[in-house]
Amino acid sequence: MLEALTAGLFNGLIYAAVAVGLALIWGITDVINFAHGEFLMLGMYAAYWMFTLGHLDPTMSAPLVAILVGFVGFLTYALVIKRLQKGPPMAVILATFGLGLVLRQLAFIAFSPDYRSLPDTMLSGSVSLGAFSLGRPSVVTGLISLVVIGALFVLVYRTRWGHALQAVAEDRQVAALVGISPDRVNAQVWILGSAAVGLAGALLTTFFYVFPSVGTVFGLLAFVAVCMGGFGSLPGAFVAGILLGLIEAMTGYFVAPALKSVSVFILFILVLWYRPRGLFGRW
Amino acid sequence: MTTQTLDTRTRRRHWPVLAAAVIAVLLALVPMALKDAFTLQVLLLAIMFGALGACWNLVGGFLGRVSFGHGVFIGTGAYTTLLLLHYWKITPLLGIPLGGLISALLAWLVGGPTLRLSGHYFAMATIALLQIGLLLFINWDWAGGATGLEAPIGDAAWKLLFRSKVPYYWIAVLLAFLTFCATHFLVHSRTGFYWRAINGDEAAARSLGVPADRYKMLAFVISAGMTGVWGGFFAMYVGFIDPDSMFSLTTSVQMVLVSILGGVGTLVGPWLGAAVLLPLSEGTRVMLGSSGLGLDLLVFGLAILLVTLFLPGGLVTLWRRRRGTAGR
Repeated sequence: MLEALTAGLFNGLIYAAVAVGLALIWGITDVINFAHGEFLMLGMYAAYWMFTLGHLDPTMSAPLVAILVGFVGFLTYALVIKRLQKGPPMAVILATFGLGLVLRQLAFIAFSPDYRSLPDTMLSGSVSLGAFSLGRPSVVTGLISLVVIGALFVLVYRTRWGHALQAVAEDRQVAALVGISPDRVNAQVWILGSAAVGLAGALLTTFFYVFPSVGTVFGLLAFVAVCMGGFGSLPGAFVAGILLGLIEAMTGYFVAPALKSVSVFILFILVLWYRPRGLFGRW
Repeated sequence: MTTQTLDTRTRRRHWPVLAAAVIAVLLALVPMALKDAFTLQVLLLAIMFGALGACWNLVGGFLGRVSFGHGVFIGTGAYTTLLLLHYWKITPLLGIPLGGLISALLAWLVGGPTLRLSGHYFAMATIALLQIGLLLFINWDWAGGATGLEAPIGDAAWKLLFRSKVPYYWIAVLLAFLTFCATHFLVHSRTGFYWRAINGDEAAARSLGVPADRYKMLAFVISAGMTGVWGGFFAMYVGFIDPDSMFSLTTSVQMVLVSILGGVGTLVGPWLGAAVLLPLSEGTRVMLGSSGLGLDLLVFGLAILLVTLFLPGGLVTLWRRRRGTAGR
């Protein structure tokens, strides 16, 4: 029971780490990036190949991967999102969905549908926590996620630059009037949010399989976490991510492992029933 | 909208139904002249997705609540129809309407918590519904589990089992005509005006006395019921269903896409979009699908990207632009 809970907690931290990037992009630019899961997948493959070809451990390559995926995020913003922001909101959602599909199928063609995993990373091993032990990779990843989320939180809510972001989220035109370029801020947010998910992806390779549709597994959970947390709220995404990890673990423990994901989606709908704008959403 | 345009609207109100009837008759005659099974299949799929888009459009276009989970109603309709046939030998002639009814009931049940949501929240909630349906049916052994269900093979008209695909094609044409009429009359009725009012500004509509909750629910329930009927038909047509293909996010997105491609919130849009998209996607599937690399899905993804980038208002806007009345 306690073991399941702890494992669920660390899973939840990873969901939160995947979700914060999405929450950031949604909160500031008002776009739900349906290719977010595929950005994660790209990050995972990048880390995988850096290890396999360059013998660079995922813990070391993570910053590099973050930069790489951040660049993908920038391209996505500059080439796709920017053109669509004035159009119907549906168009943006569909476009990112299409982009995700394209990335997934390209990965499928380039890397084959094989499930790959890294045999032996610096993190391999386990951590003993009293009565039971957990895999060291998931514990370290969870802790790093916590640090990254904390750093993002400080960056967005406590720095001058973060205030500029929030100003744009609040009102683009007024922000532009006081000398903040919404376009530039949006691009920065896309880079930052994508880099965050790239980092999470690199760390995830230390204990999770890499395959072309891995993004849909985590992507869907990230969407649920972000929505449940409330409109672009970083603390919301964080809390919701952990909640998802816990409820999954509990359902797996008490009901049936096969119904783990069902409970996640049911919880999501229940939360929206009582809080239509999510747990931390502004009213 | 000025009174003048309203008047002309009312006067030429029902010519689209007549036009649809003519097109339906012409389409029904196609199998007489054309024996190619593939072309017929593409035509049928285009008609079906046009209809599915039209059903989706009631909620996504006219009411302005974008659902990415309409596949859940296809799945419900399809499973109801086949389960009734499989276990109790109940004819799909009853099963398909029942499937629609159960889909409508499902929509009524989930509409309460979800229709209050707006924007992204509603979209995400519908995706969650779709996932719940998918996961439940994968784990439900009585309903075939992950392997799915098969319709019996045979030739029994009263069970809607035909060895040839032509009868299914005729059924599709008939159903499509009914779907078009239903959407046409709904949209031009008081209900349709209420929907558009809610879409425009829900708070303002409420303040003018539009019973917004009731009419939102109505749109959702009708749209779901009609989608469920098509789900039942689809199950009989393909003869084999499994959770992955019925509760499919790709199918749900395709319903949205044909509407966007044609023009959201217009009556002809979804049909137009399907007429363009389905031959394209089926064509690439046949040409590239056998490579086993999923190239057809790649093309589908690219199509979505290009359509939204270069034609966000849909094909209908091309027509409007030419007439010089761009921008509704």
